[in-house]
Amino acid sequence: MLSSILAAGVTGDVAGITYGLAAIGPGAGIGYIVGKAIEAMARQPEAAGMARTTMFLGIAFTEALALFGFVLVFLVKGN
Amino acid sequence: MIIAKLVFPPLSHILNWKNIAPGFNKIGVIAILAAGITLLVFAMASKGDPLTAPKGIRNFGETIVEFIQNNVIMQTMGRDGLGWTPFLTTTFCFVFLMNISGIIPTFQMPGNARMATPLFLALIVWFIYNAVGIKHQGFGGYMKSSLFPPGLPKPLYLLVTPIEFVSNFLVRPFSLAIRLFANLMAGHILLFTFALMTDSLLKSVAWLKPVAVLTVAMLIFLTAFEVLVAFLQAYIFSMLTAVYIGSSAHPEH
Repeated sequence: MLSSILAAGVTGDVAGITYGLAAIGPGAGIGYIVGKAIEAMARQPEAAGMARTTMFLGIAFTEALALFGFVLVFLVKGN
Repeated sequence: MIIAKLVFPPLSHILNWKNIAPGFNKIGVIAILAAGITLLVFAMASKGDPLTAPKGIRNFGETIVEFIQNNVIMQTMGRDGLGWTPFLTTTFCFVFLMNISGIIPTFQMPGNARMATPLFLALIVWFIYNAVGIKHQGFGGYMKSSLFPPGLPKPLYLLVTPIEFVSNFLVRPFSLAIRLFANLMAGHILLFTFALMTDSLLKSVAWLKPVAVLTVAMLIFLTAFEVLVAFLQAYIFSMLTAVYIGSSAHPEH
């Protein structure tokens, strides 16, 4: 009976959980990158331009991982 | 004399365009317009006088070229990458115009929100950075420097080489395409979700209608955010292209 209750709660569209799980890592990663970039820019303001450029590059790489998960949601649902 | 009544096509025809030719849909028109506008702007800019201070459209063209040179090429490839300015400027302008068409009123469809154009652009970049690597280091030298990074103890190469192969030759173009495509598609989905939510709230029961103010505010904010995303994704695509070409031409080891 417990398993049928559990199953009744989980039916429906679980593809959204895919993206939810995929967004944890890049969320923490991007926060860390930007935090370190702010720290670098505050320590040495004349290197702010280089830090900002490298920050955007790092954000793009980590955000791509979250977006792979987002695209997979549509691939799984579309099947 | 009887003038026939003007018949306007239904409003949905503004957004759902009919195909002009088989397979040539709205995104085809957007792509041709993006390329055409880029060509037109730079053709008009090149007619200015190169010896006096730039004015008008020439000033605009020079601003874009200087932006690419100072912020993309000098940061990633250094001074001897300046020969790549035309390619990177074209890529940046084309990707930016395709992205920004997502918020222009009668288009409202980012050209990069379907996988065709980002995939093709990523394949072009893949061919170019491999061709540059082979040209500068020879085929054997290029494979060696990309698959066998120097300075590792010998048994570790068994583990590192497959990882380097997948990372350099498979993941790079794939992630370039997916990054551009998924960012734009996600923005587009958010925009039409809030638009449809506003519409269905306004057509529902009377006590729900004020909630439409919140969704309209979110829609306005998202439109402004899409401008930032369009510019940022074009900038990231150009910068990563420059990084890949630079690392093929001069491997950092």
